[in-house]
Amino acid sequence: MSSGNPQPEIGPIEYEYGKEHSLPLEFNLRKLAETRKPILLPGHRLCAGCGAAIVIKLIGYALRGPTVIANATGCIEVATTIFPYTSWAIPWIHVAFENAAAVASGIEAAYKAFQEAGRLPYKNVDVIALAGDGGTYDIGIQALSGMAERGHKVLYVLYDNEAYMNTGIQRSGGTPIYAWTTTSPVGSIIPGKTQPKKPIADIMVAHRIPYVATATAAHWADLFRKVRRGLEANGPAFLHVLSSCNRGWRHALEVAVEVSRRAVDTCYFPLWEYKLGEGYYLTDRSLQIARNPKLKQPIEKYLELQERFRHILRPEAAKLLKQLQEYVDAVWQDLLNRAVNAPK
Amino acid sequence: MRKLLSGNEAIAEGALAAGCSFFAGYPITPSSEIMHYMARELPKRGGVFIQAEDELAAVNIVIGASLAGAKAMTATSGPGFSLMQEGIGYAVMVEAPIVVVDVMRVGPATGQATKPAQGDIMQARWGRHGDQYIVSLAPSTPQEAFELTIEAFNIAEELRVPVILLIDEFIAHGREVVVPPKLVTKYRRTVMEGGEEPFNSMNPRIAPPLPELGSGKYLLITGSTHDGWGYRDVHNFETHFNLVKRLRDKIMLNLDRLFMYEAYGNEDPDVLFISYGSTARSVKEAVNELRSRGVKAKLIRLKTLWPIDLELIKRLGGDPKVVIVPEQNLGQLIMDVERIYNPFEYRVIGCNKVGGGIPIYSNELVEEALKVLGSGGKASN
Repeated sequence: MSSGNPQPEIGPIEYEYGKEHSLPLEFNLRKLAETRKPILLPGHRLCAGCGAAIVIKLIGYALRGPTVIANATGCIEVATTIFPYTSWAIPWIHVAFENAAAVASGIEAAYKAFQEAGRLPYKNVDVIALAGDGGTYDIGIQALSGMAERGHKVLYVLYDNEAYMNTGIQRSGGTPIYAWTTTSPVGSIIPGKTQPKKPIADIMVAHRIPYVATATAAHWADLFRKVRRGLEANGPAFLHVLSSCNRGWRHALEVAVEVSRRAVDTCYFPLWEYKLGEGYYLTDRSLQIARNPKLKQPIEKYLELQERFRHILRPEAAKLLKQLQEYVDAVWQDLLNRAVNAPK
Repeated sequence: MRKLLSGNEAIAEGALAAGCSFFAGYPITPSSEIMHYMARELPKRGGVFIQAEDELAAVNIVIGASLAGAKAMTATSGPGFSLMQEGIGYAVMVEAPIVVVDVMRVGPATGQATKPAQGDIMQARWGRHGDQYIVSLAPSTPQEAFELTIEAFNIAEELRVPVILLIDEFIAHGREVVVPPKLVTKYRRTVMEGGEEPFNSMNPRIAPPLPELGSGKYLLITGSTHDGWGYRDVHNFETHFNLVKRLRDKIMLNLDRLFMYEAYGNEDPDVLFISYGSTARSVKEAVNELRSRGVKAKLIRLKTLWPIDLELIKRLGGDPKVVIVPEQNLGQLIMDVERIYNPFEYRVIGCNKVGGGIPIYSNELVEEALKVLGSGGKASN
């Protein structure tokens, strides 16, 4: 390396058999780069400036030991495994679109049985189900709900780029209201998608699983902690990560992290976690905003970066913009009412 | 008016020309353009576009819309088509007129999502459990995709049956000039006048009528075995046997109307090709090449992949020295061909190639034909 910093050799990540593996969480970026191998190796074919790649790489730095990823169909699945290569440095399985949670359930149940029979070479293996918004909000929710209800110890990570980006930017249950997609086209009468985003994380809270959280790549330390808590949870955990897509959101290549930051600053996508028996906690920037409401930005700050909302920022759409702001405010207020650490 | 359309766009245009007013679908490569087109065009024309949460929902939304009175369709590809099978089986049982487009890609499982194949022939025919008969059509050009989509709606409405349009990715994404016909024949289901049974018909060739939307008719619809009035009867032999027999007869007795084909080449060929979809285009070129070399060759191109008129094919095909069945799969239609040309008497060979988006080239077919002819033609066993 030209910088002279020692870096771990890139390649498959292996763990010694028979040992307890519990890597500490590392927040010192220099130490992180020197000591941890990335789980997503260079050479994948995700688009330049893709938010999901950042999210996956960050999640990899918060793993505690041997981990298996069950991946639903989607951008991450197709772009990280272009023949004859793979970008995955840890075991990875893709089955079909709707069943990442089901496959992860099977893996977890089998490992549990192996462990009880003393046949698992590791003290512990973590299982992560990884899916996009289509594979979670829509076609995958049945398997996800089943996994949660049966209580499999799986961390389900939703990387939410708010549409079916892999098949050509079609709307999903995670697409926000008024967003343009190819199946919610903007016309003179219909202003893009007419339904709001499904509150998927709250749906998972309603399953009364041990841990649910939201995160973005812009708030990486917060993301690290949440991944770790999800892995350590005594049962199913759900992590909802907002993941920008410059192709579908129609924003500049270099603002993936900035868009995510503004999503939180405008309270469009608040950061919180839910612990069973304790309730909702605001975290990171969202907690700061709760304590000092002046920090809250108007929704335009989030919309103005993205061409998919261009029609909402036109003067003649002022009413729609107002409605959107009111919707965001109502959801935020609802969260403030529920959060145990919000100032009352 | 001449239009430059891809096969997918031609299907969407054909559906609109046929009077389709309802589309529900779920994104999947390589069929999504049909959905994009409908999302854009249907609302403008007072129709309804719904994106479902998965293919299970998409096909059932379409069934609901169809029974409520709309001409409804969905479009998908391999993995989604697999998920739709339950709904298609239900549509057969309750006689819901629907059109399902399957843009065939390489399978099984996710296979090669962007690459063409013709591997869903048998699935389209037999993908569901139980005795069930559907109609499946396979266009070979965008122009034909337009025409057969209209035909698919007409057959679905006339016979109250799911019609499956099988198109391979070459045609779906290939762009050609399409000339929409000036006059489109549109068939509409017969509407109940009062007193008729909605699930029984005295003439097995004719589908029973459906009540019109808003006519206030009491209708009981179930996928369980039912009598002519729709009442569940899940114990009786006669009720079930009569029902599935009628559902079969409705299709098979209309074979003369349903079986569409194109015959091309010599009357009494030495080399007979039987093919469909994009592959048949290579075959046509091979037939031309063989004939220019003095070999009597013929193509029977099936536009209808099910039901198939075996007798007619035999009459058209005559007594060839070799029968070649080129397909972008490991050999599916050849099973039907072997029912016509007994492989113990005739030389029946498949020419199979699938994956990677590589077509079956005409020179491969010519070489294959000449090689077999050179070795004596008829099977020695």
